Amino acid sequence: MVNSVLNKLQIGVVCLALSGVVWGELVIRVTQGNDTPTKISVAPFSRVDDSVLEDVARIIEADLQRSGLFALTPREDMLSYPSMVKDVYYRDWRLLGSEYLVVGKIMRLKDNRYAIDFSLLSVTAQKSVFRHRVTGSAKQIRDLSHLISDKIYREITGISGIFSTRIAYVTATQAANRTIYRLHVADADGAREQLMLESAEPIMSPAWSPDAKELAYVSFETGRPAIFRQNLQTGERQQLTNFSGLNGAPAWSPDGTHMALVLSKDGNPEIYNLNLQNMKFTRLTRHFSIDTEPTWMPDGENLLFTSDRGGTPQIYKLNIATKGTERLTFTGNYNARASLAPDGRTLAMVHRESGVFHIASFDLLTGRLSELTQTRLDESPSVAPNGAMLMYATKQDGRGVLAAVALDAGVKYMLPARDGDVREPAWSPFIR
Amino acid sequence: MKNKLNTLSVATIAVALSLAGCSSTPVEDNTTSIDNTEVAEAVPATPVEETPMATKITAETVFYFDFDKATLRPESREALMQHAAALQSSPRNVRLEGHGDERGTREYNMALGERRAKAVKEFLIMQGVSTGLVEVISYGEERAASFGSNDNSWAMNRRVELK
Repeated sequence: MVNSVLNKLQIGVVCLALSGVVWGELVIRVTQGNDTPTKISVAPFSRVDDSVLEDVARIIEADLQRSGLFALTPREDMLSYPSMVKDVYYRDWRLLGSEYLVVGKIMRLKDNRYAIDFSLLSVTAQKSVFRHRVTGSAKQIRDLSHLISDKIYREITGISGIFSTRIAYVTATQAANRTIYRLHVADADGAREQLMLESAEPIMSPAWSPDAKELAYVSFETGRPAIFRQNLQTGERQQLTNFSGLNGAPAWSPDGTHMALVLSKDGNPEIYNLNLQNMKFTRLTRHFSIDTEPTWMPDGENLLFTSDRGGTPQIYKLNIATKGTERLTFTGNYNARASLAPDGRTLAMVHRESGVFHIASFDLLTGRLSELTQTRLDESPSVAPNGAMLMYATKQDGRGVLAAVALDAGVKYMLPARDGDVREPAWSPFIR
Repeated sequence: MKNKLNTLSVATIAVALSLAGCSSTPVEDNTTSIDNTEVAEAVPATPVEETPMATKITAETVFYFDFDKATLRPESREALMQHAAALQSSPRNVRLEGHGDERGTREYNMALGERRAKAVKEFLIMQGVSTGLVEVISYGEERAASFGSNDNSWAMNRRVELK
């Protein structure tokens, strides 16, 4: 299983090298953590030679730290640096208050690939929880490190890790009295940023295909908004719409065969469903108000969308077969741009309270609304595929930045860019 | 299906196009409306007719809107009536670009920008302009005229530009 993942990763790395433009990696700052984090130590991984430059333990530490569920032992406090289970003295780690310990070593294989053997140990129970090996090329050391983080996170929390996922986002940079728009893809930690598209005309609304191999987005490069799809590995792209008026808000169906989107060709913004196999459009809404921002429910049979048909923007549910609609949100006078957690029950949305725009979560079963962010001008929430975190765009010192917050609001971190405005984060599905 | 281009060439084309056609500069401040009041008085003295160039140059081409509204302000009407008269006497294709401020979601603001541009289009058509001459496009909040996050900047950004 690990091997098939790695084959795909290898292609990804080639693509990165071809695109050649890597600038201004995002830098993570954790601004708020969990109240009762699990205490864990990640001992430095031993290396057989100096050919591996990445500090694998540091990457794992940063991953676990960013999840907000863990408190990491500072390396300088460690009393020993074991890399194998047999070298572990549990009392060294008990003294530090650690509940878990990760040890590992990096080895070079005969074909110049690398293997990382690692173990998770319970300090409390004084025993090894599991031992595992991942293998890959020198360029995949970061990928392997994230896989290790995923495995540890899953074992301790019971939730799938999102450290191997990616994010897409748009940047806008002012240059010589005009704006350059760029569409990027990066690792979930902001590393290895990759340029997908650059244009002097706006780029908007990136959306992942369910297999995480393609992005759909809106580009104004033809002088008008049009929806495109683009393969991340080959760069190949296809224009999907070219109607007068709005062509916006693309959202892939869970099975990847359809795309919900917004067209105003018939007079005002309506939700359409595009069959990607025969390129036929089916109109789903019929109302003089604004209908926009469709997002699929996991069942593939219902959509959520934003409409001001009730006088203010609110979230509605739409059944694709019957075209019947139902209003879901009633708290406040602005609820828009829903992003659903994979359980289909919790959604994140933009919510206006006292004239200020926050990200809020909304429980479809109980109707409970919780504000997750306290800054203003927060927008574009995108829930991670494990449903534990979401990323959103906000403003800091007059600049657009990305931030992430846990759906239970316990953890928060920022991803400031070094250059330009960053906006519209889209969290990828799990990379399989 | 319609277009299969690689990323880099499209990026290059898009940049080249914008360099060639980059004649519009964002509105800097409110002083343009002061100029406009003077012009508005001067224009009726000139008979409406063979000199559409003069009308194009003098009448205000940016029209502002209230927060979350797509209703024409009364002060926009006079300049729009001049444009309507000019378009009837010497028809040309015009483009109405609708914009919003940064508050609220981006796709919703795209819809709001379109609503504003359509309000201007409807006014022109009611004045007798042929509907086929007027193209409406929304940029939502993607092309700000002013970059601050304050009431003044937001007011400058809620606009329709006639081009």
